[in-house]
Amino acid sequence: MPKVPVQFTLNGEEKAEFVDSGATLLKALRDKIGDHSPKGGCHQGTCGACSVLVDGELKLSCLVLAETCQGASVTTAAGLAENGVLHPLQRAFIDGFAAQCGFCTPGMLMAAKSLLDRVPNPTRDDVVEAISGNICRCTGYEPIIQAVLTAARANSQNAA
Amino acid sequence: MAVKRGRGVAAVNYPTGMNLGGDPSQALVHSTPTGSFMVTLSSVDLGQGLKQVMAQICAETIGVPTEQVTIDTADTDTGPHCMGTFASRGTHRIGNAVIQAAKEARQVMLEVAAEALEVDAADLETDGTGNILVKGAPQKSISIFDTALTAHFKLGRSISGRGMFLIPRSYPEVETGAMKPSTCYAHACTVAEVDVDDETGEVTVVSVKNVFEIGRALNPRMVEQQLVGGSWMGVSHALYETTEPYYPNRDHGGTDFNEYLMPGPGDLADTEIIVLERPAADGPYGAKGPGEMCANPQIPAIANAVFDAVGVRIDMLPITPERILRALRDQRAD
Amino acid sequence: MKLAKEYFADQRQDDLNELGQSRQRSDVPGHVTGKTAYFADRNFPGMLYLKMVRSPHHHARIRGIDVSEAEKHPGVARVLTSKDIPHNVYTILILIQVGPEDEQVLAEDKVRWKGEAVVAVLADSERAASEAAAKVRIDYEVLPAVFDMEQALAPGAPLVNEYHGQNHYMYDSGASRKVRFGDVEKGFAEADHILEQTYLSSPIEQAPTETTGCIAVPEGNDRYTCYTNTQAMFFTLDNTSIILQMPGHKLHMVGGTVGGGFGGKVDVTVEPIAILAAKLTGRPVSFIYSRQEEMQISSPRAAEKIVIKDGVMKDGRLVARKVTGYTDAGAYSRHSPYGAQKGAAHYPGPYTVPNVSVDTWCVYTNRTPSSAMRGFGVTIADFALEVQMDKLARLIGMDPLEFRFINAYRDGDMKAHRQKTEGAALIECMQEAARVSNWPVADRYMKMSSYEGT
Repeated sequence: MPKVPVQFTLNGEEKAEFVDSGATLLKALRDKIGDHSPKGGCHQGTCGACSVLVDGELKLSCLVLAETCQGASVTTAAGLAENGVLHPLQRAFIDGFAAQCGFCTPGMLMAAKSLLDRVPNPTRDDVVEAISGNICRCTGYEPIIQAVLTAARANSQNAA
Repeated sequence: MAVKRGRGVAAVNYPTGMNLGGDPSQALVHSTPTGSFMVTLSSVDLGQGLKQVMAQICAETIGVPTEQVTIDTADTDTGPHCMGTFASRGTHRIGNAVIQAAKEARQVMLEVAAEALEVDAADLETDGTGNILVKGAPQKSISIFDTALTAHFKLGRSISGRGMFLIPRSYPEVETGAMKPSTCYAHACTVAEVDVDDETGEVTVVSVKNVFEIGRALNPRMVEQQLVGGSWMGVSHALYETTEPYYPNRDHGGTDFNEYLMPGPGDLADTEIIVLERPAADGPYGAKGPGEMCANPQIPAIANAVFDAVGVRIDMLPITPERILRALRDQRAD
Repeated sequence: MKLAKEYFADQRQDDLNELGQSRQRSDVPGHVTGKTAYFADRNFPGMLYLKMVRSPHHHARIRGIDVSEAEKHPGVARVLTSKDIPHNVYTILILIQVGPEDEQVLAEDKVRWKGEAVVAVLADSERAASEAAAKVRIDYEVLPAVFDMEQALAPGAPLVNEYHGQNHYMYDSGASRKVRFGDVEKGFAEADHILEQTYLSSPIEQAPTETTGCIAVPEGNDRYTCYTNTQAMFFTLDNTSIILQMPGHKLHMVGGTVGGGFGGKVDVTVEPIAILAAKLTGRPVSFIYSRQEEMQISSPRAAEKIVIKDGVMKDGRLVARKVTGYTDAGAYSRHSPYGAQKGAAHYPGPYTVPNVSVDTWCVYTNRTPSSAMRGFGVTIADFALEVQMDKLARLIGMDPLEFRFINAYRDGDMKAHRQKTEGAALIECMQEAARVSNWPVADRYMKMSSYEGT
């Protein structure tokens, strides 16, 4: 199978790999680079477990071709903590018991981060809308919604 | 044409563990040289938090803080047999095996401490923070850290224990069905409130009030996780889910999360959870298995609420708008 | 969540230290940082991908299988058929003596449901495996299929599964698991009202976010490590050992945190074939269900049909309950004979009824085999029982909750399966539900107890 070179920044680090032409960003991240934080729950864009940020925009990495990320800046859940300090969203998910099996968690976190980057003080409806593309089968969603709202409050208190 | 409100109730019980028993689980516990404890299992954590609750059970039994306990599990090279994680059996069966193993390890630990302190092991107790004290004379003590070092390097003793839990298999009597399906049962009662749009057949679950009796909430927030998620799944089963919407017809089966319907974060009912604790005689610290039971009572409670709202019975799951509209049409025709 | 400590306070010593505390889960920091390793979060050089060729027919005879074109496809390492499986016919619960073996790992002579595994293709990329799978040619003779349980049980129905010989499981008690308690016909004769109703359900998918799968790796010493998301490590190991006729010590199952199970990962459908492929090729093999396979191929919660006939007195006492339950197992047993039997043990529900007759059937049809799912055997039974209770209460003009208090089981009551009730708590759950929902219930019911005065 023909290979194509692709170079992008992942969580602040330069990465360069040869991937199969037509390979998805999800596959490049997991199988080539070894960042397993995005999960493949459906590989067809219906579960949200593979959500990442590409140049700050929320993307389903199972629907993005790796080749199209040339020169981009990619952020995954593995890059959310900075210098070992958890992101307020991660803290809120832990304290709020918002994860059970954890498979949807990295994608949920990225969808929530995308929201908080745009809307620092979201309403409940904003949160519901932001995670509506992410499937969770364990929690019934409510703890996740509450965790995102808690993180937003923590964020705005830090900013104040 | 209007949105009509109704409410319904349902009450259920649920057996803990595999039906008819015969489902063993084992656990091994040992201390490291510095007094940390390892629990070795082959049980699987599906996300319900089995590892955490087993660590707390072991810590409670040995008398150490939970963070001193590590769970090593789901590896058949190292972990002794476990029947599996299903049938609301994990906490009950594996928890009992961990208690037995931890008790044996605790006994050795106390014997070693007794030798170091030159007292009788029966006169010792743990303080729960990592020390072993002489009852009534707490100034005479030894840390578990030093006890483990003594066991390893001076006395050559293994602070360890083996645990096995098996409820003997019951075989149903052929003619009467006399049998022992389970040793303990969890209970629940749910009141659901719904709005039914009699023009579209759409059901909105307004509130779900769940009362669950689970023996003992070993980690209340983890129990809450499972009960909230279970209540959501019950609502989902009642109104949305099926792989064959026109069963027994095989067509129209959903193949992804767009076609297979479940309530999303925008479709949540106001959910209340109340937990009662009547400890089970053979439960680990009284616990029963709540994992399956918690998703059951919402289904009939919602079905009954739909009837209360619009006066039609939908006796086939799921209770879809199409079925409600057909029933309303039949009702008007009568 | 509220812990209602006022109930059963005399039944409990609240003297725990580590338990009863909401300690943080030790695994969740790994979940939020993406560090928790699920079975598929591993890369192995030289890995092969397994793609299953599945039956497009509900019921058909296999006249011939031609894999020659698939084998020639670039990247293909091996193509497996039933001939490669050492012990091709299995059933999961043979481990606890629930036979007979009734399912082929790879279909040999017949397919019995649409989606049944026939040929396994192994290639060095998922794409090559899929392309090669499309080149497998299978010559089928389509046979009449049966989808409806009633039709399956009727004379002259197509036989779904020859290993059973009839379209239902045969228990030691006969075609159904039976419970007989009191005299149900006498109870009906004495009853003020009789109500017979039928309840139905459709199959339900466990739908975990992580699909079923495994990665099998040869260790070079004739041992095989299998990273799997099974819910039961030794179910998987022991069944694999039987299917591959390989001693258990050659097998090493590694699990851990699973991305949701809900019963969907108790079947043993991926590990045996992946380990066999690893053995035959000497390479790591990944076999992970697609989302489509998870939704339509992995076994769902069974559809059920439940007929309940009750005799009730004007004063609210249930005097007779007769239940006939049918579980649609699909084409193979898997866990359905167990589930149907669990239903028999569950009826007549958490109520004390003096005259009970129960028959539960496990029926075979030409559909996706059903199996374990959260509460199976009980969940749909509870739907039927509790809707029936609502109907009965309205039939006699009684409040539905008060009607349940009258019949609720209490400590010491004899159950239909002849065990004395212990540790009952239904009454207290209903009392608290009445309080929290402001459901008016007469004082005498609010003063009842599951254990005092019994």
